[in-house]
Amino acid sequence: MAEVDIKNYNINFGPQHPAAHGVLRLILELDGEVVERADPHVGLLHRGTEKLIENKTYLQAIPYFDRLDYVSPMNQEHAFCLAIEKLLELEVPERGQYIRVLYAEIGRILNHIMNVTAHGMDVGALTPILWGFEERELLMEFYERVCGARLHANYFRPGGVHQDLPEGLTDDILRWCDNFPNTMNDIETLVTENRIFKQRNVDIGKVTAEECYALGFTGTMLRGSNVPWDLRKAQPYDVYSEMDFDVVVGKNGDCYDRFVLRIEEMYQSMAIIRQCIEKMPKGDVLSADHTVTPPRRTEIKTSMEALIQHFKLYTEGFKVPEGEVYAAVEAPKGEFGVYLVSDGSNKPYRCKIRAPGYAHLQAMDHVAKGHMLADIPALMGSFDIVFGEVDR
Amino acid sequence: MSNLETLNDMGQAIVGALENEVHEFTVALGELTITARADKIVSILTTLRDDPNFKFVQLTDICGVDYPERSKRFDVVYHLLSLKHNVRVRIKTQADDEIPVPSVVGVYPSANWYEREVWDMYGVMFDGHPDLRRLLTDYGFQGHPQRKDFPLTGYVELRYSEEERRVVYEPVKLQQEFRDFDFMSPWEGAKYILPGDEKAEEGQES
Repeated sequence: MAEVDIKNYNINFGPQHPAAHGVLRLILELDGEVVERADPHVGLLHRGTEKLIENKTYLQAIPYFDRLDYVSPMNQEHAFCLAIEKLLELEVPERGQYIRVLYAEIGRILNHIMNVTAHGMDVGALTPILWGFEERELLMEFYERVCGARLHANYFRPGGVHQDLPEGLTDDILRWCDNFPNTMNDIETLVTENRIFKQRNVDIGKVTAEECYALGFTGTMLRGSNVPWDLRKAQPYDVYSEMDFDVVVGKNGDCYDRFVLRIEEMYQSMAIIRQCIEKMPKGDVLSADHTVTPPRRTEIKTSMEALIQHFKLYTEGFKVPEGEVYAAVEAPKGEFGVYLVSDGSNKPYRCKIRAPGYAHLQAMDHVAKGHMLADIPALMGSFDIVFGEVDR
Repeated sequence: MSNLETLNDMGQAIVGALENEVHEFTVALGELTITARADKIVSILTTLRDDPNFKFVQLTDICGVDYPERSKRFDVVYHLLSLKHNVRVRIKTQADDEIPVPSVVGVYPSANWYEREVWDMYGVMFDGHPDLRRLLTDYGFQGHPQRKDFPLTGYVELRYSEEERRVVYEPVKLQQEFRDFDFMSPWEGAKYILPGDEKAEEGQES
């Protein structure tokens, strides 16, 4: 038989693919079933967020952050508010800080439920996502009760949070914390020790700590490779320094470790939520500095000056002194940073958003090389990519 | 969190170790900033990454900033993180759209997409980049959208044309102008003629 030249085969994974977690066009060069090269084409969800923010006042820019990583909206707002506060040198009242930490952790659980269950679905476990989404719905109700929106919250503001918690909410959150481990146990019995799930994930997408540094991995991706680095511990913001929690690390840096790590992080987040509710002091939730924060509603009804102040803040906005800052938070996906340049006007001169998923996705070529085609969905799942934040 | 003293020490150490490349550092708002020349960026980043006193092993971000009134109109800003010392540093360089900046992909592989994005958004070229294609904008996109002189609405919009049975590009048609209000108050000394003020001079001439 004559020798046949077998050419490498190029396939398009996406832009519409159920395992692509959004709109990703991934061009894969295959040698048989082995991936030789992966070239992600991103930008299909590019909305020009950074350009829009340059044309909006600081308050108008906050909702754009909900729409970046729409799985954990408040964590992004957190970074932007911290950046503005750093420029303004604005203090946040303690209760405001506790509420922010509480909601940042709820956001983390929201994200991890989504990721862990979607990761399961990518490799064939369909049930966890159905159970997980019930819990997500309950958490989004907590979002709704403080800000009126399930997803696009616009709740964190420079100087604190928009409204105080409604009565009875903390009790309901605690009750949820008591019930949630049951669902997690159910999900874990299905997936964690499952032979098929392990075959699809153990030793897939292994990255060493050195590779993680070079590729710019942060958050769970970095901790999965046994690097105990968590911005909540290393560079604590708000009241994270008063919280008692563990930094979870993986040992092997493969997809399975990252999966288990995210599950454990949810339990740590629950511990933080409990501590927040327990320690939360009474008092203001928004800074009393009315050059930045609006006066309370009741004041507006009785005071002309308060009404004018409110009007000015929501039309012209506040001015931020000249300067530049970089503020980062430990978002569920990794380090989410905002580099803010102010020229002293009421609009940001430049607002660069550093999304964790961006660095993770660009490593796809490096990590996917040599893996089978069927491993790509597992990789995508454990990279935890949401295109809202990658494409911005 | 790194306090001011460690930042000052770190800044001095960096200026000491790279005395030919870096001349000054500033510490503002709790952050360390170094200004450097763009052509020296590779050796600066290599030293910052490898020197045991610094160990800035992670490149957090590269971003561009546009100042149209300057002759070298762009800032290329690098953010580095040292996990060992728990310190961040920002390195600012200036560039224009003609002379390329040396690419740092060889030092930090993660710079790949960051540099592609800066090229895409601002048109700053990177010398030695392995694959300097557009990243976030459409295939066949013209212009560099994050420049300050690029309009917020862009130049073209696309729709599906029933007649031609394909997606067509057309110049942007707006139902309403983008509402950009001027909040400069007349008491703040505007640097331009306020609307209505031009009539005052007309009156004097007659």
